[in-house]
Amino acid sequence: MGMRDLASESAGFDNAPAGCGGDGAGPVGDVGNGAQVVPGRPDRLGSAAEAQSDPSGAEVRPADGDEPYDLAVVGAGPAGLAGAVTGAELGLRVALLDLSDRIGGQFYRQPAAALRATHPERLHHDWEAFADLRRRLEASGVAHLAGHHVWTVERVEGGAEWAVHAVTGADGGEERPVRVRARAVLLATGAYERQLPFPGWTLPGVVGAGGAQAMLKGGLVLPGKRVVVAGSGPLLLAVASSLAEAGAEVPAVIEASGYLGYARRPRALAANPHKLAEAVTHGAVLLRHRVALRTRSAVTEVHGAERVEAVTVARLDEQWRPLPGTGRRIACDALAVGHGLIPGIELATTLGCATRRTPDGARALVLDARQETSVRGLWAAGEPGGIGGAQLARTEGELAARAVAARLGRNPGPGGRVRQLKSRRTRLRTFAEAMATTHAPGPGWTGWLSDDTEVCRCEEVSAGRVREAVQDYGARDARTVKLLTRAGMGWCQGRTCGAAVSCLSGDPEPPSERRPFTTPVPLGVLAALPPTPPLPETHRG
Amino acid sequence: MARTPRELAGARPDPAFEITLDGRPVTALPGQSVAAALWAAGILSWRTTREGGRPRGAFCGIGQCYECLAVINGVPNRRACLVPAGAGDAVTTQEGHGHAGLGV
Amino acid sequence: MRSASDVIVVGAGVVGAACAYYAARAGLSVTVLDRGPVAGGTTGSGEGNLLVSDKEPGPELELALFSCKLWQELAELLPRGVEYEPKGGLVVARDEPGMAALRTFAAGQEKAGVTVREVAADRLPDLEPHLAPGLAGGFHYPQDAQVMPALAAAHLLRASGAEVRLGPGEEVAGLLTGPGGAVRGVRTASGALYAPHVVNAAGAWGGEFARLAGVLLPVLPRRGFVLVTEPLPRVVRHKVYGADYIADVASGSAALQTSLVIEGTRAGPVLIGASRERVGFDRTLSVEAVRRLATGATELFPVLAGVRTMRTYAGFRPYLPDHLPAIGADARVPGLLHACGHEGAGIGLAPATGRIIADVLTGTQPPLDIGPFDPARFEPGGSR
Repeated sequence: MGMRDLASESAGFDNAPAGCGGDGAGPVGDVGNGAQVVPGRPDRLGSAAEAQSDPSGAEVRPADGDEPYDLAVVGAGPAGLAGAVTGAELGLRVALLDLSDRIGGQFYRQPAAALRATHPERLHHDWEAFADLRRRLEASGVAHLAGHHVWTVERVEGGAEWAVHAVTGADGGEERPVRVRARAVLLATGAYERQLPFPGWTLPGVVGAGGAQAMLKGGLVLPGKRVVVAGSGPLLLAVASSLAEAGAEVPAVIEASGYLGYARRPRALAANPHKLAEAVTHGAVLLRHRVALRTRSAVTEVHGAERVEAVTVARLDEQWRPLPGTGRRIACDALAVGHGLIPGIELATTLGCATRRTPDGARALVLDARQETSVRGLWAAGEPGGIGGAQLARTEGELAARAVAARLGRNPGPGGRVRQLKSRRTRLRTFAEAMATTHAPGPGWTGWLSDDTEVCRCEEVSAGRVREAVQDYGARDARTVKLLTRAGMGWCQGRTCGAAVSCLSGDPEPPSERRPFTTPVPLGVLAALPPTPPLPETHRG
Repeated sequence: MARTPRELAGARPDPAFEITLDGRPVTALPGQSVAAALWAAGILSWRTTREGGRPRGAFCGIGQCYECLAVINGVPNRRACLVPAGAGDAVTTQEGHGHAGLGV
Repeated sequence: MRSASDVIVVGAGVVGAACAYYAARAGLSVTVLDRGPVAGGTTGSGEGNLLVSDKEPGPELELALFSCKLWQELAELLPRGVEYEPKGGLVVARDEPGMAALRTFAAGQEKAGVTVREVAADRLPDLEPHLAPGLAGGFHYPQDAQVMPALAAAHLLRASGAEVRLGPGEEVAGLLTGPGGAVRGVRTASGALYAPHVVNAAGAWGGEFARLAGVLLPVLPRRGFVLVTEPLPRVVRHKVYGADYIADVASGSAALQTSLVIEGTRAGPVLIGASRERVGFDRTLSVEAVRRLATGATELFPVLAGVRTMRTYAGFRPYLPDHLPAIGADARVPGLLHACGHEGAGIGLAPATGRIIADVLTGTQPPLDIGPFDPARFEPGGSR
């Protein structure tokens, strides 16, 4: 057994390796203070200047023949940032790829630099944690590859290395392929919003709750003057309070679940007082803006000719079935709606990573105690392992980076820190499970669909056609419904309709979330990729 | 106390510039996406669907739903929520697949 | 005891559906089983090629010509939803030697009953306006057609009126046999099903099923990737493919081969196929296969360079070592029939296969010689 094996496997990560010194059981946030942590820049750091072009126009970082990065992090949200800076601070050569021009992901999405926001923190909670990560990123040698949209990750060099494939350039503009080679990959790809359709949801003025939030944080704009916020999940309160603070009138927040679910899990709540504090903050804002919170209710129809003019809100039973005769109209010019979040796991599922069903019926990655997926060398942190919020994401990102360092034979830092991170993760995950259970969509939601309600927005497939495929043509899952109706075959590849189609198909399993291209790539860009010899036969499955 | 998102964030952007939607001028701030500039002007749709010809605009706001596809400077199927607005950009309502010119 | 029928078809792909359809039309009661959904295997990953153009004269071409006629009939009977399109194929060559090879190939096909017409280089734009300049010419095959495979399977199954049992509980665990080894039915996770005939239409998993039945049928998967573009108007009118496609189809090589087939679909996207490699049932994306497909497609149709690929999917062509399907009764197990191993031609060959199976079941003389498709032909020591 070689040195690396010792460092990475047996001596371990679970316990501080003998040679690592100290128990490291410092207070939260001691990273970088300990002598064990290598500060500053390790040599041969990747940077933008190192980028090299080959004649085909495809950029390869590092250039072919050079050493690969130690770690490629996909996604610059809380998990990715924590992973990247921790990795760099432990002496790893790190590349951080992200679609956006600015770091932060969705949670810490900031106004574009040119908007010169002097108070971006007013759009956020927990800004200080982000500011800390941002400072550390600036001080690190992380190669931040902004505007890089990763479309796939593949194993190369006989399995010893990864190639992360991205496209750069404005969407539909001058796109170019970039290939980043790394010895380990950390997927911190966040989440996207779950949508459940209802009559009228395609009318202009109906926007995702997360969408309204993103447009506000990034572009400082609102979808309307009087915005109803509806759906399910804790995000709704955050969205409503942001919208109200930014000047929108929010007549009501309509939540399909009851909040009793949390009360039934007092231990999860008691262990996470900050979550309670967060809710209280939102609650105070909502109170100040006279926003009514109506639980066990849903928007069951949107009214309007050219755009939203009003919504009908109905009471729901425990199963989310609308109760007849309870519909009430609320006038508004926009509706921000969402039913929780779905882990963004496509890069991992394409590589065959194992997944699990979450309590709210989505699919998340199966991760081990060190955040590694079932595919060796591929780690994940934050929402891909199950929706859990920014604090959990930061915790897991750091944990993953320390595990990568250990695997690569580097010092993963003090064992006490790792133990602390693990226990924090456990506590936050417990809360996340309670949250997911509380807000899990009830099966009765399909009761508010009419046969002509569009389910797949891209391919314009109605609920009636989905039901026909199931009742008359033997579809039993979302994939077969897709093949028979085209629902989920359009531009978004079923991200928007997948949860709904799966539910309508009667499949007890969540949709597979298999999307070999996580973003559309021009054929010209694919053709410009550097040729790679396929793996020898023995390495194939 | 009425407030705007700009006031909330204390934004002090450089001077606004103009883009157009179907020839009609729309004011945009430096840094805003095309979709954000259109929302700021109260415009919520800039695409019609392939089958039903129904109006659509930004929905998810993060580049995942592809509802905000627009023809920007002659190039169809660009996600308006991701593409930054540039002075003089010509945005046109995208009809269906946006590639009518390629048909044979 | 669960319901008994005249025949159990194992596999709800397009071949199983066609077997069910023709058997039911012949008056038999049919049960179709699949551990997955309708069209859950190779059918759901197919492009829906109904080709005569890629087949050299011989038993497979004969089968394809017969099948194309049946598809025409079916297109009249089934709803428009199956997206049958008699669009024709266009095989192009880059240079004169390529043209010469195609000419020889086409001449042989013509003798076998294929309609084919040589297209001079300067006439190619009439057929395909977006085709790259500088090609040496091509051959037009008006009999080539296309169908949407999953819809075709679902509609055939529905039209058959067969009892369709789907899901993990219907996975066949074994064959039930009586005295003398004759088939009595199948055993599934949820119980026994009785029928005097069982048809193996398990596609790429047909070899696995044959093993359960105790016989050798060496069906192996040959992986293919297809790229799917964003929705477009009609940019490509025919099935357009390069001359090397034919060589690759006939090849037994394990290495990655990419010979192009490019075509538009009624739904909008252009499909770009198809790579071929023997890697088992591995769905992992091959970036190299994708790169080669994209390179070839943009060389043939430069206009596609700016068009975006939305997705790619892998399918597993069920192939047998001699590249011919196994169709007919298995002499080794009375009552067992096979209808699998169609490689990349299963959609096209499905109706003919279904008709032959129905004929064998009812003791009717099939319309063509099925000797070359004998399922027992791989038995050491030769076919019995």
